[in-house]
Amino acid sequence: MTDRIFGSLMVLLAAFFIWAAFQIQLSFITDPLGPRAFPIIIGVVLGLCGLVVLLKPDPEPEWPQLSRMLEIAAATIVFLAYGQLLPELGFLICTFFAGGYLAWRLGCGWLEAIVAGAGTSIGIYVVFHLILGLSLARGPFGF
Amino acid sequence: MEALSSLAEGFGVALTVQNLFLAFVGCFLGTIIGALPGLGPSNGVAILIPLAFTLGLPATPAIILLTSVYYGCMYGGRISSILLNIPGDEPAMMTTLDGYPMAMKGQAGEALAISGIASFIGSFVATWGLVFLAPMLVTVALLFGPAEYFALYLLAFATLGGLSARNQAKSALAAALGIGIAMVGVDGQTGVPRFTFGEVHLYDGIDFLVAIVGLFAVSEVFLFLEHRGDRSGPGEEKVKITGRIMPSGAMLKDTSGAMGRGTVIGFIAGVLPGAGASLGSFLAYAFEKKWSDKDKSFGKGNPRGVAAPEAGNNASAGGALVPMLALGVPGSGTTAVLLAMLLALNITPGPLLFTQNPDVVWGLIAALFIGNVMLLIMNLPMIAIFARVLLIPVRYLMPAVAMISFVSVYGISGSAFDITMLVIFGVLGWFLRKIDVPTVPVVLGILLGNSMEVNLRREMTIANGDLWALVDSPISIVLWIVAIGGFVLPIVMGRIKKQPANVSRADAEAANPD
Repeated sequence: MTDRIFGSLMVLLAAFFIWAAFQIQLSFITDPLGPRAFPIIIGVVLGLCGLVVLLKPDPEPEWPQLSRMLEIAAATIVFLAYGQLLPELGFLICTFFAGGYLAWRLGCGWLEAIVAGAGTSIGIYVVFHLILGLSLARGPFGF
Repeated sequence: MEALSSLAEGFGVALTVQNLFLAFVGCFLGTIIGALPGLGPSNGVAILIPLAFTLGLPATPAIILLTSVYYGCMYGGRISSILLNIPGDEPAMMTTLDGYPMAMKGQAGEALAISGIASFIGSFVATWGLVFLAPMLVTVALLFGPAEYFALYLLAFATLGGLSARNQAKSALAAALGIGIAMVGVDGQTGVPRFTFGEVHLYDGIDFLVAIVGLFAVSEVFLFLEHRGDRSGPGEEKVKITGRIMPSGAMLKDTSGAMGRGTVIGFIAGVLPGAGASLGSFLAYAFEKKWSDKDKSFGKGNPRGVAAPEAGNNASAGGALVPMLALGVPGSGTTAVLLAMLLALNITPGPLLFTQNPDVVWGLIAALFIGNVMLLIMNLPMIAIFARVLLIPVRYLMPAVAMISFVSVYGISGSAFDITMLVIFGVLGWFLRKIDVPTVPVVLGILLGNSMEVNLRREMTIANGDLWALVDSPISIVLWIVAIGGFVLPIVMGRIKKQPANVSRADAEAANPD
């Protein structure tokens, strides 16, 4: 079933891709093939492959239980929030929370998770920023 | 011999304090990255790329650092295979078959030593292979025009899934997806935006480094979140090296044949398009089992079953560098990552690299010889230090991996938009790995998609739109035939590579590809 859904999605994606390829403006400089042709070929290949997956699906993969799916969804949200908050709060604070959250979800106790979050955050800050000079996001307190 | 004098000049490049230090750091980190389950060559090298950038390293030192990591991973992967029965990365999967039983019999020290020596022989011979084979390939590749390059890219994509993937449709789909992603951005030849939907951030295209770190490193974190608790994981079992740390002369003599055969098979598997170290170690083990398993002791702790796959995966790592450097067409995940780094530094691998930047190529090769000796020393007398890293529990390791991935990507661009893209690619990578769509063709598509199109359009411009020009020369005809054959044959013959039964599905899924 997964493959059938995935295959249909890919066929739809391919259709959208080909449609979008036809929307590409043509410029006055051009070559025999132009900017549309190759994407259209790729779209066709994608669609055909999607169709094969749709018609000849593999055995069902082992999907995790709903709780684990939610786990992954929650981690995704945390990561997205991390990216958004990074310019606001700075590297150390954001990484402390994100790293601690991950450590907690991977099986640390809450105290251990706080230590892991702080360790990850400070460790990366020291190695990558102080020693190697990589620029990290600066927060309101300058770190 | 011209190659030998070039190599001598390469040693001149490699033997600077900085380059020796970077080779050492790379070997050391590589062994650790290889040993830790969840970190392997492809994601380990990927998250180190920004580091190479921010240190302001020029191309030669940067590639020396990252390729040393790649070589180091091939050594390191075996440590957790032998001591914990968990492959440290995908190429080390076959080493669990006889390595872990040897450790159970109290011969962990011998297993580590034999595999370390096998790793050395494999890499050493393969690096010599690189010295002689790459320049030969370059002489052929210098004859390539746009049509031949187009056919070569096609060959790379067509054969990528072939030997190791289960489903050709899914491999091709993955490649199309990657090439499709590469199309996003302003078209280099006519200057019109494509698939940007008015989003300014997309005009530059999607940064391949973001895609690579997302698909290889962040997806790994999701896999670990999914499998929390289902797997024994390191840090929870006893890691102890039992037995002699140096093997007896008799055992060395007994396994020398296996090392030799493993090396040859591994190197060939590495050079072939679409095959990396995982396939090399698989074929080496399978062949050795057929060749010398007379008393049916393979799988029960036969040292030859440790020597062959380890020689095999190290030799393929060296072999895989041949097409990457000489043609600019990588055949495996990690060589794709190495290519990405060179492209990001404005160095295009391929035949011209050998004539225009010989210092990069030969400096790298010389550094690999030196690094290989360092690795042998690290992995024989000092093995106990590296075995200790297995005590780091996943619940501390994976948050660090995730956060370093974010730091890496942020370090290149400093944009929150790229972090969002990174997360999207991470989820995509997790999903694709779950449904058995390989991620390496996606990465290769993103990397090579534009060059493939450029070559096609260039040929069409030269030939005035005549499609027959694509199959006009003997070289391109051969490439087309190999491409089509490489795509169709696996469908007819079925899957060659199988996963060993003693490795759990969760471990196999989480083992980082090479």
